[in-house]
Amino acid sequence: MAMDTFLQQIINGLVLGSIYALVALGYTMVYGIMGLINFAHGEVVMIGALVALTVINLLAGSGLPGIVIALIGLIAAAPVCMATGFAIERIAYRPLRRAPRLAPLITAIGVSIVLQNLAMLIWGRRYHSFPPILPSTGYEIFGATISGLQIAIVVIAALMMAGLSLLVQRTRLGRAMRATAENPQIAQLMGVDINRIISLTFVIGSALAAVAGLMVSANYSIAHYYMGFILGLKAFTAAVLGGIGNLAGAMLGGILLGLIEALGAGYIGDLTGGFLGSHYQDVFAFFVLILVLVFRPSGLVGEKVAERA
Amino acid sequence: MGLAELRRDRRAAIAATLAIGIVLAVAPFVIGATAGSTWLRIVDFALLYIMLALGLNIVVGFAGLLDMGYIAFYGVGAYLYALLASPQFGLHWPLWAILPAGAALAGLFGVILGAPTLRLRGDYLAIVTLGFGEIIRIFLNNLNAPVNITNGPQGISGIDPIRIGGVSLAKPIEVLGFTLPSLHAYYYLFLALALAIVFVSIRLENSRIGRAWVAIREDEIAAKACGINTRNVKLLAFAMGATFGGVAGGLFAGFQAFVSPESFSLMESVMVLCMVVLGGMGNIPGVILGGVLLTLLPELFRHGAGPVQQALFGKVVLDPEALRMLLFGLALIAVMLYRPAGLWPSTRRRRELRGNSA
Repeated sequence: MAMDTFLQQIINGLVLGSIYALVALGYTMVYGIMGLINFAHGEVVMIGALVALTVINLLAGSGLPGIVIALIGLIAAAPVCMATGFAIERIAYRPLRRAPRLAPLITAIGVSIVLQNLAMLIWGRRYHSFPPILPSTGYEIFGATISGLQIAIVVIAALMMAGLSLLVQRTRLGRAMRATAENPQIAQLMGVDINRIISLTFVIGSALAAVAGLMVSANYSIAHYYMGFILGLKAFTAAVLGGIGNLAGAMLGGILLGLIEALGAGYIGDLTGGFLGSHYQDVFAFFVLILVLVFRPSGLVGEKVAERA
Repeated sequence: MGLAELRRDRRAAIAATLAIGIVLAVAPFVIGATAGSTWLRIVDFALLYIMLALGLNIVVGFAGLLDMGYIAFYGVGAYLYALLASPQFGLHWPLWAILPAGAALAGLFGVILGAPTLRLRGDYLAIVTLGFGEIIRIFLNNLNAPVNITNGPQGISGIDPIRIGGVSLAKPIEVLGFTLPSLHAYYYLFLALALAIVFVSIRLENSRIGRAWVAIREDEIAAKACGINTRNVKLLAFAMGATFGGVAGGLFAGFQAFVSPESFSLMESVMVLCMVVLGGMGNIPGVILGGVLLTLLPELFRHGAGPVQQALFGKVVLDPEALRMLLFGLALIAVMLYRPAGLWPSTRRRRELRGNSA
């Protein structure tokens, strides 16, 4: 393939990867603090996307500038997602904190099913399309195109990740979060209200999920009740790839997975002599996941967690 | 409990077995006559799900390895039957050749899945197995080009019905002037195989291997220290569980005469897992109960939800399918919160979850 196609796939991969990274942060924060995979996180992204899209569709004819409408959509979606995240933790995880590990995993699957079908009852089975309110001008770079929206996604994702890093590394809340992750009992003895910290972790992760949801639906111009599952799975893969429980790892893993998928889908036809086509795109994430877990379960930058796994 | 008494009293046990046997033997005629063939078909499916649930119970219940891609083995068995006995390749192999082949191939896939995941436990294993199940489904979905093997999303139709001794089960069978309808015949075949799987499960549970599985579930390091070859024993759990899935899959393909990748989605894996978990992990009667309940209740709901809404509001307000799954999810959460050992837990599990070390 030519150089410009290569560059185009890199750009697509970066955009996709930024979204994965935002969602992966939600998984990794919860895992870091509670050692638990929040299976329902993908559904939170889906709810964010659908709420934002509903509001945006209502306002699409109002004559407001597109960016303002998108912002209002986000402002509507974020509290809904945060409330959902809060409720998930309260209902499905907190009562089971001392239960065998299988129990919270199964309630998480239950929550996931409930959210998905609740969304189906509210929004129906159909695909909801994103109205063309955002400017679609493209910029040429060495023969590849990047749209304003794509630039915005990458920049906003980077800003949010930087903000989260600051929050975790520099604030009192962040220190409490790190302490809880290190050892909840000791953190409690030091006066950290760990229940509050865990709730806040879910809420912050869900806020990021709302942003990611808006980005996905804007990027693909589409949202539906089933979108959360596969997105969640890929974001989880990203988190594992980077090293679960590690914030920088989630970001790195997200970007990397986005690139692997975009390049893989672009080149798999050539590599296998046309035997496998780009519809195998979803397989890459799973292969990456299996390979990482088998050969380097601690991820690229994570600490050793083999015994916890 | 009643069960403990039964174990002590031999005569009561024989009487109970006879009673259950008679109920199972006449069940298809009673159901067929009162509830109609739709429900008899559902009962046939319940038997298939019981086989699946018992297979998964070996992996999850006995060995404690959380497998979320189990339906892939069902798919492997079903597709093997579909490919070897349909116009797809013009092959028409007999049942006695396909079922063992399906079981063996599924078992091989079990080992292929098991080997790289031996070091993983808990939720990591769950995610990898989930990924494995999805990979199988994606391949089934896409292996129609450039060489058409699975016929892609359309699936394979026109599969040969199950034939036993040259008699096809798809048509009513004349036995001594007495007609056995097709669904009834399938019922007895599935019942026989389900009972065989129950028997194998019970024998496995009390065998040296079964105890090794439980030991691994309880504490892998301790099990290793006791001289159990954890690698082989875990692989065996994957292979055994997969074998049962492969058999059930073959039967499914013959019964349905049609397979498509849609039947082997993640939701199906979750469904089978829920049968095991809600019924009572590691407890064979519990798992059977879970299989029966989770096949029948959703169907009851599917047939009931629409008409009830019609009667109450004059129209169908809420999508019955979504409502059904919604309640299913809620039930899953509720059981985990209030009855974490399942509806009919094994005595050992009950003790564990109560926290007594005895």
